[in-house]
Amino acid sequence: MSSLQNLINNWSQYRKGIEEGGFHHYEHRWGMAIDLNACIGCNACSTACYAENNLAVVGPERFAKGHFMHWMRVERYWDQPEKEFPEQGASFLPMMCQQCGAAPCEPVCPVVATYHTPDGLNAQVYNRCIGSRYCNNNCPYRVRYFNFWSYYESSWPEPLNMQLNPDLTVRDKGVMEKCTFCVQRIRTAKDKAKMENRKVKDGEFTTACAQACPTNAIHFGDLMDPESQVTKLWATHQVSRVDEQGRPRHEQDKQNPELRGYRVLEELNTDPSVMYLERVRETLA
Amino acid sequence: MKDIAIHSQEKDIREDLPWKQINTDILRSLDNPRRGYWYSIIVCLVLLAIGFTAEVIQYQHGMGMSKNHPHMWNLYIATFIFWIGMSHSGTLLSAILHIVHADWRKPIYRFAEAMTTFSLMTALLFPVIHLGRLWNFYWVVPYIPSRGTWPNFRSPLSWDGFAIMTYLTSSALFLYIGMLPDLAIARDNTTGWRKRLYSTLSLGWCGNDRQWRVFRKAYMLMAIFLIPLAVSVHSIVSSDFAMSINPGWHVTTFPPYFVAGALYSGCAAIITLFILLRYYFRWEEYMTLPILEKICKLTFAIAMMWTYLNLVEFASVWYGHDVYGKEVLWGKMTGAYAPAFWSMMFFGSVLPFTLAFRSLRRHIPTMMAVSILLNVGMWLERWMIVSPTLSQSFYPWSWDVMWPTLTSWAIVLGSFGWFGLLFLVFVKIFPSVSMYEVKEMVYHRKLATEKAAARVGGAAPAYGAHMKKEDAV
Repeated sequence: MSSLQNLINNWSQYRKGIEEGGFHHYEHRWGMAIDLNACIGCNACSTACYAENNLAVVGPERFAKGHFMHWMRVERYWDQPEKEFPEQGASFLPMMCQQCGAAPCEPVCPVVATYHTPDGLNAQVYNRCIGSRYCNNNCPYRVRYFNFWSYYESSWPEPLNMQLNPDLTVRDKGVMEKCTFCVQRIRTAKDKAKMENRKVKDGEFTTACAQACPTNAIHFGDLMDPESQVTKLWATHQVSRVDEQGRPRHEQDKQNPELRGYRVLEELNTDPSVMYLERVRETLA
Repeated sequence: MKDIAIHSQEKDIREDLPWKQINTDILRSLDNPRRGYWYSIIVCLVLLAIGFTAEVIQYQHGMGMSKNHPHMWNLYIATFIFWIGMSHSGTLLSAILHIVHADWRKPIYRFAEAMTTFSLMTALLFPVIHLGRLWNFYWVVPYIPSRGTWPNFRSPLSWDGFAIMTYLTSSALFLYIGMLPDLAIARDNTTGWRKRLYSTLSLGWCGNDRQWRVFRKAYMLMAIFLIPLAVSVHSIVSSDFAMSINPGWHVTTFPPYFVAGALYSGCAAIITLFILLRYYFRWEEYMTLPILEKICKLTFAIAMMWTYLNLVEFASVWYGHDVYGKEVLWGKMTGAYAPAFWSMMFFGSVLPFTLAFRSLRRHIPTMMAVSILLNVGMWLERWMIVSPTLSQSFYPWSWDVMWPTLTSWAIVLGSFGWFGLLFLVFVKIFPSVSMYEVKEMVYHRKLATEKAAARVGGAAPAYGAHMKKEDAV
């Protein structure tokens, strides 16, 4: 009966809605700020993610069928559809798991394979996943990817298997996988800090995508750390879950509309941990 | 006067049917069906073989055989709702009509209940088939695990598991309890392995007063228990969608809409099976046209209810001015799914008007075609619930249109074979018309006629006069 006791005791620790101030026992809240002014759409982040996280390369046929596995994608938008290339000008939006504070994917998983960690991450427990794919259906950003096939059979032919990251498993068919904010790097940094009896320092480590970005568009850090660069960026651009009095904020009401910070699909109240800085373009009227 | 009015109408059942003949006619179904029955068995076996092969291939290679991003739920879930829905009319017909003492249900409720049980058993396959790792499906069941890994009680998918298992258990029990007196009749009229089977199953029924009293109570209790259960089961299935945040799914009218749709497709299926059984076993005497007409009227009423709820849903999306929801609705009406959408509207809302005409209601081939088309419409309805929302969700980057693969279609076909086979085997092994209740029906009918005759002509009632009405019921 200890498991029942455990369930009862931990019930209140489950993810709370934004109205209750979200998850209550955060140790860290890993977050990002992505400057779209700096993003040049080079896909280095996406490639770095493939290398770091042992993502399966599915090939053009499977990609065309919608069986892709990239955890991070760079979306391309044409701002001025009435014009022609190159005057038209593309915008880019790197999109990965938004690690929502009130994630729609979490409550719907029938076996709790996805849950909220004290680090503010939406963790995905591959061993627990039975592949009902409800989480993906309920994810408004569509950033969860499903292993439709046993990709390991064809993704890394010899000797490419030698480049697989030994810190991670290779997932098999039937499980849902997603961006983890490079949880293996987070773990390593936290362990190191614990050994040295200190807190994780800002900039001590970063995710693979942020590390690979040639223009430094991606900033990664702890939103609970008031000194971190990410926290400062969020504060500067007045993007926040709560207002000055600590009350939950349902929409971005900025005092200065010139500020560029926003979160995708903010009106759904999913409380994402990723803030984007809008791209500002000079256009001829 | 009311009795005379009833008397002048066409009767649900011949009132001079001897009880002996009722036994003979119905037990005949255990022996010699028409050749059409065996053809149906062969068709079902072929379909099942196709579906099973497809499932083996899918198991071997992975879900890529049938799905893609972002259409994580597709044909399987649509078909799952379809089968769950079909299971609801058995309960409607047997439990609700039993409670309101509608006599005409008596010759036809047994097969409707069998349909409930078997369509639930078919429905249960689909959530398992659609899992990525289906060998771990039991993780949704809250068994006491040593590692403390419980299912997520907040997920509608877990609720589904509990609801469907409860419904399956109780409807199977209801079917079995209601069959007890008939199993005893079958026991007394058969030999060989059938005799051994019915002896075991009839639990020593000998028809004494105490057994009947207990039986009536148990049956009524089960009926009362099943009604809210049936409503809650399909409401919970609708929660799979309504509890999500997706545009087009996040709709408060979903539970009643699903329940109405369930009763609708179930009634249509009852008409189909009614006609088939009537043909297979030459049961024109029991499955009469007046009874068929009554189911048709019921179906028509439910069809109108379903149409109304459909319109309410559209109207509330339109009026609510939810940008995303409107986009999905508009996409259904004009986009790639438009043919399916308008077929659904035609089959679901326009076609049932054929049920409103007496001459069509009594024309068996027409009713057969209409009932099948109604179910096609209801299947399309489920398809229209699942697919367009996933195709056109919040995020335009992921917009896509998909058409299921051959593997999915094969598995869906296989499910029809599976259901058909279970059903056909059932009607051959068990008496699928309730003998004791048909006898009751004949008796009530006689009683009413005699009463009416006594009131009009003043003649002394000859049969059943010594009994009070209450005793008979």
